[in-house]
Amino acid sequence: MFLEAKQVVKKYANHLALNNVNLQVPENSIYGLLGPNGAGKTTLIRIINQITGPDSGEIIFNGRPLQSDDVHRIGYLPEERGLYKKMKVGEQALYLARMKGLSRHDALQKLKYWFEKFEIQPWWDKKVEELSKGMQQKIQFVVTVLHEPKLLIFDEPFSGFDPINANILKQEILRLKENGATILFSTHNMGSVEELCDHITLINQSQTILNGQIDDIRQSYKDNLIKLEFAGDGNIIKEKLTTDFHIDSISSINSHQVAYVKMQNNATVNQLIGNVINDVQILGLQEVLPTMNDIFIKVVEQSNLSKTQK
Amino acid sequence: MSKISLIIQREYLTRVRKKSFIVMTIIGPLLFAAMMVLPGWFASMEDTDAKKIAVVDHTGKYTNRISSTEYLKFSWLNDQEATTIADEYRDNGFEAYLVIENDLLEKPDAAKIYSDTQITIDVKEHISRSLEKHLENEKLNSYKIDGLDAIISDINDVNVKLKTIKLSEDGSEKESSTFLAMIAAIVFAMMVYMFVLVYGMQVMRGVMEEKTNRIVEVIISSVKPFQLMMGKIIGIALVAITQFMLWIILTLSIVAVLYSVFGGNVADSVDANQINMVNSMNEQAVDAEQMSDMAIEFNKVIDGALSLDLISSLFLFLLYFLGGYLLYASLFAALGAALDNEADSQQFVMPVMMPLILSIYVAMAAFRNPAGDLAFWFSMIPFTSPVVMMARIPFQPPVWQIALSLFILIASFVFTTWFAGRIYRTGILMYGKKVSYKELWKWFRFSGK
Repeated sequence: MFLEAKQVVKKYANHLALNNVNLQVPENSIYGLLGPNGAGKTTLIRIINQITGPDSGEIIFNGRPLQSDDVHRIGYLPEERGLYKKMKVGEQALYLARMKGLSRHDALQKLKYWFEKFEIQPWWDKKVEELSKGMQQKIQFVVTVLHEPKLLIFDEPFSGFDPINANILKQEILRLKENGATILFSTHNMGSVEELCDHITLINQSQTILNGQIDDIRQSYKDNLIKLEFAGDGNIIKEKLTTDFHIDSISSINSHQVAYVKMQNNATVNQLIGNVINDVQILGLQEVLPTMNDIFIKVVEQSNLSKTQK
Repeated sequence: MSKISLIIQREYLTRVRKKSFIVMTIIGPLLFAAMMVLPGWFASMEDTDAKKIAVVDHTGKYTNRISSTEYLKFSWLNDQEATTIADEYRDNGFEAYLVIENDLLEKPDAAKIYSDTQITIDVKEHISRSLEKHLENEKLNSYKIDGLDAIISDINDVNVKLKTIKLSEDGSEKESSTFLAMIAAIVFAMMVYMFVLVYGMQVMRGVMEEKTNRIVEVIISSVKPFQLMMGKIIGIALVAITQFMLWIILTLSIVAVLYSVFGGNVADSVDANQINMVNSMNEQAVDAEQMSDMAIEFNKVIDGALSLDLISSLFLFLLYFLGGYLLYASLFAALGAALDNEADSQQFVMPVMMPLILSIYVAMAAFRNPAGDLAFWFSMIPFTSPVVMMARIPFQPPVWQIALSLFILIASFVFTTWFAGRIYRTGILMYGKKVSYKELWKWFRFSGK
């Protein structure tokens, strides 16, 4: 494992922010850290960034306990992010790069590359306050990745980006992964989780309630729901699919109809087809996997319920 | 380059390059130099045309009893001239005309001066003093005392000049000027107060800026919060020292240039004027003869101060400024971290500023009694000592007191920095939270690793 959190506990004055949280991030993966607001994600991220320390437990980075100069190997884009408004863009980028341990010379060279790549060289001598919010976000991204960290941590990276810039950001994140970086990212945008993440951990009320590979999780939460597209009489379908099947809905779309069928008692797709194939014309058939959004809501609600019952 | 020096560099450069810093750095010395030179310059520029004043004396008793001076010429008119004077005094080149209608011993308000311009106080006083002196002499003469002239000249020889001699440690006597010491005390105390307040507030605003700009989390993912806080405090201290040094150098060079341009005239009148200022503060009337004596003495003291006391005083000024600044700046940093905007800050800023404001009042008392209990104790309490001790320095307090107060000050700022660092560390990551004193205490207690 590239990054591990072991039994991390963090108490604040009024509440327990993290209660024995474990995290295992494989090298060169994109790892989603999910959870409702106030679950403890930002606290865990801050512990990995050594902004605060855990009360107990430890962080293993690259096979050894986290050390203070590991901050040079981590790039962090916090949720609450900003720049000095009165400072010039170039000067500021240089300052932040050197704070990450780059020499002046290296920092200038790398900044030149990124500013050319994003076509933002004309901004170099502008004050940050003259730039739009989206432009500032671009600069923040450049500064985060500039020192070529092995681990990148993005907290709500897409908030404040317009769709075009969000897409550029997505492409860049995928490219960073290709180049060997490991990416930990925290977001409420489940669409981007499905698109980008290999693994996720879901934290709720200071505890891990779900983790694993995205595909496995979606498989394990599937309802055996089949989306059946056909042409013909919908009522016949209702008659034919009674035992072992339950029809959630039938609706007509253009010239054909779509039925969502839940299979029960280990019924198979073949049985389903066998039951209806003589009565309607099957146009398409597909197993429906739950979205991460559905899983998120379901799992969090269950965990909240069991907590209140206790 | 280490990270903390990067932070110091940024804090320093962004502030020193600001327009407001450059403007202040230029305007400050101009003001100081003006304060030192202008009074003298004005004095030398005073219009030197002699004013003529006509006197109409209906009693005939006071002819030539008002002495003319370099700037005031009095002419007694005959009866014929007197009848038309009200209409013609301007045409005849008089500034004003004085009418004495009756015996002034019987009717003290019988003398009146007429003019279409405002009669200055100097003119009024000169006239009434001359007349009073004449009347006094008349009365004395009326007693018919033998050898009166001898008695009067004997009386006039009585003159007490109190010299203040400060006994120094090695028993040698050193003449000290209370006036100069007072001026120096006021300047030192005000300077420390002003610098601590202005630059302490800059620390608070700087921290607040980082918090409201939301850049603070980006930075503390690279450095420890304490390094960020100390970098800022040290960077701003260097700005203050730069400003102070530039002020001294520029003020001295402006004054030097003005002296060389306007020559010794200005220098002399500057001395005289500063003594005037001191005297009016003491509400003492000093006649011209004493004044010139004192101008010589004043020069002597300045020479002494320049050669010895000023250098060590400036050194102590820097020490006390830095001590006081570090003590307060860390508290201001903690406040900046705790507060989201300046509007909420008043109720928290006031308690921090109170001791500083109090110290100015105590310093005022210390000018009068620099070795008293009040001055002593408040120059030991670290929150007031920078201002109060600087007010005492020109009166040369015992060295052990300075050493003790510096020691307490240093120990205290180490403590407040540690204390403030804990609040700072928690505060900078708290957004949109209303703070209370209870909350701050919690942050302090639970500010873990």
